[in-house]
Amino acid sequence: MTLLWIPLLSLLGSIISSMTGKLTRNQSTGLTMLMPLIALLITISLAPAVFAGEVLRYTISWIPLLGIDIAFRLDGLALLFVFMILVIGILVIFYARYYLSNNDSMPKLYAYLMLFMTAMLGIVMSNNVIQLWFFWELTSISSFLLISYWWQKSEARKGAIMALIITGGGGLALLAGLLLLGNIVGSYNLDVILASRGIIQAHDWYEVTLILILLGAFTKSAQFPFHFWLPHAMAAPTPVSAYLHSATMVKAGVFLLARFYPALAGTDTWFIIVSLTGLTTLLFGAYVALFKHDLKGLLAYSTISHLGLITLLFGLDTKLAAVAAIFHIINHATFKASLFMATGIIDHETGTRDMRKLNGMWRFMPYTATLAMVAAASMAGVPLLNGFLSKEMFFAETLHQQLLGSMSWLIPVLATIAGALAVAYSARFIHDVFFNGDPIDLPKQPSEPPRYMRVPIEILVALCLLVGIFPNFIVNDILKAAAFSVLGGYVPEFKVALWHGFNLPLLMSGIAVSGGLLLYTQRRYLFRFQASLPTLNAKKAYDNSLNKMIKWCQHKIISIENGSLQRYLMLMFVVVLIFAGGPLFEMSQLGGEKQLTPIDVHNAVGAALLMIGAISTVIWYRTRVVSLLMISVVGLMVSVAFTRFSAPDLALTQLTVEVVTIILLMLALFFLPQHSPKESSSMRVLRDLGISGALGIVIASICYALITRPLDSISEFFLANAKTGGGGTNVVNVILVDFRGFDTLGEICVLGIAALGIYKLLVNLPLFIPTSDSEGRPWAKERYPILLASISQSLLPLALLVSFYIFLRGHNMPGGGFIAGLVTAVAFILQYIAHGSKWIAERLTINYRKIIASGIAIALFTGVGSWFFGRPFMTTWFDYFDIPFIGEIELASALVFDVGVYITVVGSTLMILASLGQLTTNEPKEKVNV
Amino acid sequence: MELLYASCVGVLVSCGVFLILRSRTFPVVLGLTMFSYAVNLFLFSSGRLSLNQAAVLGTSTEYADPLPQALVLTAIVIGFAMTAFVVILSIRGRADLGNDHVDGQVPIKKKKKNKKVEV
Repeated sequence: MTLLWIPLLSLLGSIISSMTGKLTRNQSTGLTMLMPLIALLITISLAPAVFAGEVLRYTISWIPLLGIDIAFRLDGLALLFVFMILVIGILVIFYARYYLSNNDSMPKLYAYLMLFMTAMLGIVMSNNVIQLWFFWELTSISSFLLISYWWQKSEARKGAIMALIITGGGGLALLAGLLLLGNIVGSYNLDVILASRGIIQAHDWYEVTLILILLGAFTKSAQFPFHFWLPHAMAAPTPVSAYLHSATMVKAGVFLLARFYPALAGTDTWFIIVSLTGLTTLLFGAYVALFKHDLKGLLAYSTISHLGLITLLFGLDTKLAAVAAIFHIINHATFKASLFMATGIIDHETGTRDMRKLNGMWRFMPYTATLAMVAAASMAGVPLLNGFLSKEMFFAETLHQQLLGSMSWLIPVLATIAGALAVAYSARFIHDVFFNGDPIDLPKQPSEPPRYMRVPIEILVALCLLVGIFPNFIVNDILKAAAFSVLGGYVPEFKVALWHGFNLPLLMSGIAVSGGLLLYTQRRYLFRFQASLPTLNAKKAYDNSLNKMIKWCQHKIISIENGSLQRYLMLMFVVVLIFAGGPLFEMSQLGGEKQLTPIDVHNAVGAALLMIGAISTVIWYRTRVVSLLMISVVGLMVSVAFTRFSAPDLALTQLTVEVVTIILLMLALFFLPQHSPKESSSMRVLRDLGISGALGIVIASICYALITRPLDSISEFFLANAKTGGGGTNVVNVILVDFRGFDTLGEICVLGIAALGIYKLLVNLPLFIPTSDSEGRPWAKERYPILLASISQSLLPLALLVSFYIFLRGHNMPGGGFIAGLVTAVAFILQYIAHGSKWIAERLTINYRKIIASGIAIALFTGVGSWFFGRPFMTTWFDYFDIPFIGEIELASALVFDVGVYITVVGSTLMILASLGQLTTNEPKEKVNV
Repeated sequence: MELLYASCVGVLVSCGVFLILRSRTFPVVLGLTMFSYAVNLFLFSSGRLSLNQAAVLGTSTEYADPLPQALVLTAIVIGFAMTAFVVILSIRGRADLGNDHVDGQVPIKKKKKNKKVEV
């Protein structure tokens, strides 16, 4: 559990710091630093156990069926990274307090920084690779937010998007790789994966998996040719760069290499890909860094170069190389973070980062200059500093590999050249900024920064020195622990020391330092040579391909999605046709084994009427009233069909719904044109006829295939239990209100929502009310015929009685809440037609919205009621009572549920029709209570 | 009779789809209504066709399949709610947009040369 607190505290810090907007800057900083400080204390308390070789774990089961857990794990490697992330994070937060101007939102930066910290902690501590990937993507997203912190600047936005696309794309490759890995091993658990080296490397998918995972790592740690996002990410505020490009974001990539080193490394594929990528990046980054005039640009390419160095070390096939890689991860984090912070100070105090303007800063800020010079010397690999130690180890390891066969000697030579370049750009950083004459056109008069702005740099530079002079004392434990987890148990004897005697690596260092200084002093020639080369711009290539892709996608989308709903519908039907019709061709025989029933006269006549009605609707579809009449014939025949095929409930429902639908459509027609214009071309009509005809044939065939095969249904259960379990003999109704009562509850909710939606759609409708029909004949002034009015009025009580009867008998005989509700609604609608909504409103002051709500509430509370008896939601209860004179009757809680259904159906239907109907009358809505 | 039933469903589907593909809202609503008849009949038939069978317990030994019936019953009611919604939407659409074309605007026709049709 203590393990979980480390990322959790940092997440908490993100939330807390986002709320410190009203506090002073010092309070905000203090509060933000508090959480990682506590996390750091927890980590320190856990460290002894990890140093002793223990692996701490914490797991919460999340989706056990998919093998996904929330799992954390702290081993040596993770501990090292947690330390780096927290320590440098705290220093960066402190530094940012002085860096940000009053116009910049501090809580925003802190919240993003802490979110990023959470993501990084999550990556290094995950014990489940899917979870690891989740945090990996979170770093991409939070770094996007951090880089685009100054979102007003175009370069910040572009840099952020570029970083997101490159690292996010790599993240997708990583996901694919991790999924493959999980498939090979059969588990997403990191412990299991790390222990399955043999299985993984013998598997056919090993190469694919490896390349996908490496793509993730290389994009994240800006390896060539994916390096170009990193310099553009320099548009971020300098504290962000100091954090992202020293200890965290780019280190996530090399962390991945280290994490999967026990499982994936050891094959020729690994060594070739990783070492060559690393070597190329090392040389390329170091070379380009020399020519950057922007201080942060120089640091960016130097970061790329150093990451290449670490990658190369992981790609050398000796155990000590991996140790050296880990050591350099620590050293690079310390000196690069301090250099970024120093650059931030220079930028802050002079207003520029251009080395052509910055000269002679030593006179203005000697203290900062000293700190920066020590850090830069460490970057160059000068003795007594930590950078020297890992560089020595690196040189030594390049001598011990057999990577390129007989040409293996090339690697130490190239490594020395890269070392010389590193010395040259470090020398430029020192000499060009702090000496080299006088400053030129500085926007500000430079001076020393606020006292506390230097504190983080002092701490980091002190670390550089301490590690450089007393390496065994400071880093031995953590280095051993991390190497233990990277090498999977066996750690070769190694001794980090300042002095190994006169040997080849020392000679290489000597050559690098002197060569680098020579390069720097003679840089004029090199610059001239570089200027004569054609400029190779990775950003341009990236921009071009991105633009091309966007254009291509736009073109494709527009060609499919042209805004015509008519066309989308057509495409959807074609898709249905293909997917529904396709399998039919694989069936050997359409008809099934079932005995066919003979056709009798009634059925034939009914079917003929139905088909004639349907076809006539289509033929006369332009004359809308006629087509409406025709479709009502179809509806009537459907309800007759339900009667014929032993479904009285359905027939009743269909009949009443039919009445309501036709009235509704008639009302609608009042507001719509009476005729459809002739629009479709003959080709279009032919095409639509083809699609609809084909679809009809397909559905008819499926239907035929279905009903000619014997039935294997779960209905036996309902038939057997309806009376005993549900207390009713009408099985359909018992299913509705009891077995599948929860579904019915959902359905009446849909009904209510539809009615409310209609109500809202009709509010403030700017409607044109026609005074005449389409042929210019004025509507009759006498709207409500007296004959209908008097008959309908006397019919109302009768109709209500019938609906009450239908409702009550519903549980045992055809009927029930739905049908009774519709019958009641029809009775009321008749009153509306006969008298008009104003007349009704004067007599019936009911708010239909409240009716719908109460109906749903009754149904819901009936369901909830069963909780009070300790039963699951919607358990029905029923019993039989003997009442004098009436006889035995049954009371069931399902009846109350059915009341809810009834009320909802009445409310919804009346609300729909009355809302529309009252629009025909020009009366204000308040008076008619819909 | 199964063949006749299936043919009816097929005819309803065809007519419904054809109307749904029209360009004005009212025929589309009619098409949807027709299509929902077809869907209901189709779902209903998944319990197989049974003439003269009991729907209520205790009256016979042969029963029609109650499950599709219960499903179709609610489908009819919800189908009505949906039809109503589409109808009102089309009225609202006409009031707001000034026409009843499903795309929200009447396409501008290119002038065509009138071909003389000889009869």
